[in-house]
Amino acid sequence: MRTLAAPIREVKMRWFKNKDNLYGFLVILPSLVLLGVFVYGFIFQTFSISLTDWGKDPAQALSANPQIRFIGFENYRELFTGFIDARFRQDLFNTFFFTLFFILGCLGVGLGLAIVLDRSPRGEGFFRTIFLFPMSLSFIVTGTIWRWMLQPQGGVNQLPTLVGLPEGKFAWLTSREQIWQISWNDVPFITALVVGLVLVFIALGAFRGGERRRGYIAAGSAALLLLWAFTLGRTLQPLPFDEPHGFNLAFIGIILAAVWQMSGYTMALYLAGLRGIPEELREAARVDGASEWQLYRRIIFPLLAPITLSAMIILGHISLKIFDLIFAMAGADNAPTDVPALLMYLTTFRANQIAKGAAIGMILLLLVAAVIVPYLYRQLKSEVRR
Amino acid sequence: MRKLWLTLILALGSLAMAQSGKLEIFSWWAGDEGPALQALIDLYKKRYPNVEVINATVTGGAGVNAKAVLKTRMLGGDPPDSFQVHAGQELIGTWVVADRMEDLTPLFNQEGWMTKFPKGLIDLISYKGKIYSVPVNIHRSNVMWYVPAKLREWGVQPPKTWAEFLTVCQTLKSKGLEAPLALGENWTQQHLWESVALGVLGATDYANLWTGKLRFTDPKAVAVWNTFGRVLDCANKDAAGLSWQQAVDRVLEGQAAFNIMGDWAAGYMTTTKGLKPGEGFGWAPAPGTAGVFMMLSDAFGLPKGVKNRTNVLNWLRLIGSKEGQDTFNPLKGSIAARTDSDPSKYNAYLQSAMRDWKSNRIVGSLVHGAVAPESFMSQFGTVMEIYLSSRNAQAAANAAQAIANQVRLGQ
Repeated sequence: MRTLAAPIREVKMRWFKNKDNLYGFLVILPSLVLLGVFVYGFIFQTFSISLTDWGKDPAQALSANPQIRFIGFENYRELFTGFIDARFRQDLFNTFFFTLFFILGCLGVGLGLAIVLDRSPRGEGFFRTIFLFPMSLSFIVTGTIWRWMLQPQGGVNQLPTLVGLPEGKFAWLTSREQIWQISWNDVPFITALVVGLVLVFIALGAFRGGERRRGYIAAGSAALLLLWAFTLGRTLQPLPFDEPHGFNLAFIGIILAAVWQMSGYTMALYLAGLRGIPEELREAARVDGASEWQLYRRIIFPLLAPITLSAMIILGHISLKIFDLIFAMAGADNAPTDVPALLMYLTTFRANQIAKGAAIGMILLLLVAAVIVPYLYRQLKSEVRR
Repeated sequence: MRKLWLTLILALGSLAMAQSGKLEIFSWWAGDEGPALQALIDLYKKRYPNVEVINATVTGGAGVNAKAVLKTRMLGGDPPDSFQVHAGQELIGTWVVADRMEDLTPLFNQEGWMTKFPKGLIDLISYKGKIYSVPVNIHRSNVMWYVPAKLREWGVQPPKTWAEFLTVCQTLKSKGLEAPLALGENWTQQHLWESVALGVLGATDYANLWTGKLRFTDPKAVAVWNTFGRVLDCANKDAAGLSWQQAVDRVLEGQAAFNIMGDWAAGYMTTTKGLKPGEGFGWAPAPGTAGVFMMLSDAFGLPKGVKNRTNVLNWLRLIGSKEGQDTFNPLKGSIAARTDSDPSKYNAYLQSAMRDWKSNRIVGSLVHGAVAPESFMSQFGTVMEIYLSSRNAQAAANAAQAIANQVRLGQ
């Protein structure tokens, strides 16, 4: 098609160009307007609401013409340092650990399955469908099924009895146990420390790769951040008392269900990646005397790195926004498995604290943006280059 | 005679005029409670055959989903003609203070309801001297359920105070009963809390808590949390994973001796489990709350700016009438809010509740929306969370007071 159309096009190109542009613009105009209003317009509206006191005064919360006042970043300040918003801070921890284990689990299981299937066992197509199938279910369905299986006296806890062991006692979704506790007051210090160390690694990598400018920038910011962490960061106390937060063991059940659902998808991504690696490369490595492990370690895994990145981004934004799965599995009120998205719903629609709910929403948006924007930026840059 | 006919025809004509049109009733009575609502709607249709009744239900226990839908509709300028709401502060704190509801005091005077409903109830549903909702039914929150035969077997009596309860709990534990008190998920723990609070504080101080006269940080109120903690030690450890029905089942199966739950549990045990009130299961007021009726009630109101105002007023007249309440409540498993209803239509448990309703002192439930606005109630979960994870009574009391200040409780 393209080769046939090309010569005609070239002749008329100049004449058409402006008109084409116009048509093109007219065609995308409706979606631009809709996006502008329903996505960016509402993001802006949410942000402006989050800077008000809407909901602080019950008489104004749901009145026909609410009188709301601008109070700046007070809602955000309360969320991070307010006495009664401890639940939000624990939710941030929950999200962090959930994201971490969810991504690790999906990548690990997905890669494992992909490698097995890549060796073309008998019935590969069958197994591929089976592993991919959970992804086609809605999180509500998955959540409901897993809730039944994770009941304290049912399903998973009964499994050991099949092989004669005593039944499990773990309260999958409701356990109050918390491990790896740190005080909220140490969070600024630890965050700065971790980010600083990451920057140090980036700087080292840049110097090794010969990108001196990039290396200096990274090293400079790392030094600044670490300096801040060890001087002011230690004295910054968001709360007047220690407030321990950690990893709620109740999340293990949620992570299990989420990994079950999404690892098939990761497998499909990896499988596509593995199939894209030319057979010659593998054979060349084998001829050079590489063991099977070396083959994967030195050839295949590095070639899969871009896929890992894509998978991490996709899984990462799913886990940050997770709502339906937990809602179906544990309900909105089960505090040990709370996440910011659920809290936003409760704050806005049950407690009528509309501005505070909007603030939680904005923080969620920022978190997701922190994951997505660098990725989009890279994608766009590489497309332009192409 | 002709004059009489004429007026009659005129009256009928004007009635017919008012009766046409639509009436949308918004509620969360879908599953088990559907038939009770349908009976009311049928009665309404019999009286006003020309009105098209739209039964808009949003499922979800205690209206968790319905309330969110309602808020979107109200904010979007599309109020349903009449909506179900827990009587008391859940309506007042959200919709009345926002100036969204019409004053129904004239309707109460016109229908002579001021003397038909108990004064304690009228007080709970009034805001600044005006009434904004018509209660359809009454449930009782502070009831302790048990199986009489099992208690005889263990040789214990239903405890009268919380101190006694703790002693009985130790006795039962020594007899090998791991968790004498059956407890369920999240809200049932808060439900237990309000009965403990009422038992420890007494009716007057309990009521003062919600008007702001007694602070949560007062030593008396802090003591509630200490007792609550000891009561929790008598309960099952897997509580958060059980529904309230499963908690009731524990009592029926003999794995636990007591359960504190609202009297919808009686409906569950009679209808679903087929037990006879008084034989298959027994009941007593929650420890320390004899003579006090902690009530919760479903009510309907009249939002401002509805399209079919007359039809709504007729609906409210119906659900507040003796006939309406005696049609609805035996099916719903609750008692009438009116004190003149017909006991013969109700079962043994409900008859005993009716006697208490007439004679007891009335206070409102926290968890079920009678005494505190939604803004407080929904954040009370956070307070509970602070207590359960730290077991620190003072910290929980401080948090409760901070939230009370923030939402201007009792002001």
